[in-house]
Amino acid sequence: MRLDAILRIVTKMLIPFMLIFALYVHFHGDFSPGGGFQAGVVIAAAVVFHALVFGLYPTQKIVPPRLVTLMMPAGVIIYAGVGFLTLYLGENFLDYDVLSHNHHPEKPNYHAQERGVLWVEVGVLTTVAGTMISIFYAFAGRGKGEDKTK
Amino acid sequence: MIFEEFINYYNYFITLFLMSSGLYIVVARGNMVKKLVGLGLFQTSVYLLYLSPGKILGGTPPILAEGYEVYSNPLPHVLILTAIVVGVATLGLGLALVVRIHEAYGTIEEDEIFSKGDDLQEEDNKNSTLPGDAK
Amino acid sequence: MSEALINTVLLSLLACITIGIVRTRNLFGVVVLSGIYSLLIASVMMVLDAVDVAMTEASVGAGMSTVLLLGTLYLTKGHEMKAFKPPLLPLFVAIGVGAMLVYGTIDLPPFGAADQPVNQHVGPDYLARSKPETGIPNVVTSVLASYRGFDTLGETTVVFTAGIGILMLLRRRRKKDDTLREGEK
Repeated sequence: MRLDAILRIVTKMLIPFMLIFALYVHFHGDFSPGGGFQAGVVIAAAVVFHALVFGLYPTQKIVPPRLVTLMMPAGVIIYAGVGFLTLYLGENFLDYDVLSHNHHPEKPNYHAQERGVLWVEVGVLTTVAGTMISIFYAFAGRGKGEDKTK
Repeated sequence: MIFEEFINYYNYFITLFLMSSGLYIVVARGNMVKKLVGLGLFQTSVYLLYLSPGKILGGTPPILAEGYEVYSNPLPHVLILTAIVVGVATLGLGLALVVRIHEAYGTIEEDEIFSKGDDLQEEDNKNSTLPGDAK
Repeated sequence: MSEALINTVLLSLLACITIGIVRTRNLFGVVVLSGIYSLLIASVMMVLDAVDVAMTEASVGAGMSTVLLLGTLYLTKGHEMKAFKPPLLPLFVAIGVGAMLVYGTIDLPPFGAADQPVNQHVGPDYLARSKPETGIPNVVTSVLASYRGFDTLGETTVVFTAGIGILMLLRRRRKKDDTLREGEK
């Protein structure tokens, strides 16, 4: 039995709550403090927490570095994609009013605004989480042992 | 009366204190990690400089709800929110540069790096003058 | 009044931590102090009504930056060297700049006043328009993602660019390069 059993079990119990909290912060960001930036950092913090307790390689099996690297540009593409979608639907860049079926040029459109904000925040979340996790992987993966191999 | 004035400007005074200590660390200290921490101090002082004027005493956070009339200014919050995340990304970039410098020079002290750079340059000069001597 | 009092106490603690950061030579201590500093400044932001910002600072400043700084310390040295010469000139520059800025501060409107110019134009406009135009009660989110969406797109791109830069600096070399290197030997 390893001595850090309590730490490991508590980590395993806490990480799902951290992820749920990140999703809450993201989807409830319209009504309470929060949003894509915060949720992205909380997700990254959960992954970093896992890596600090269980080691880098077990974490990289669950969250592969390749996926994390892909998340970085994917978020920007989602964000800009929303902009180009509104452009395609005949409005200005990132003008969300057209993103719903009951669009009327004079009236504000709450559903479309919510939808636009949500997707834009998904883009922000993806980029921020990907960047934070890959920064951590880059620092943690560059061990001191590399110098000896030279 | 003077005390009240002092309290009125206390936010700005602390902001400026943080700003000048950040400046001092960046200029005076040769260690690069310390320099980056000093840069972080400077950065957070700018956050305070933005957020302090937006606060209204007796106001609430800018989340609209019934029963509240006075809200603090939301615009500085938006600007600083994005600045913080960009700040940590650039801090990571600076730390990555520090790690690479440590691998290349074996030290993260500015003075040692400069003296090593001088040595390297002298060696270069020697090498370049050798063919001339042979002639 | 109590708001101003809490604000004052937290800011004084912040100043103490700053003096600690300036004076400490052990880099591990500096990193731990900067983590405490981030947590304190998050509390100050909470008092300044910037709840979204406080949340970000608590997770980013006290969480991610501390981890990154500790990672760097692991890869480099843990102690700061003593300076060769006494840092009189930097001290003079810092105090001079601070004094000039304090002189400039005296003309600013007092803290917490509702009638200062900052709170007269754009801020109240967003507060008044957010609910009828977008239906989002959290004005920070609506300004961030809807009114200033283009701005946030730029910020996201900056985060992405910084991440790419870090990966280029720190990622291990490809095997191709290694074989080239061995071939040179």
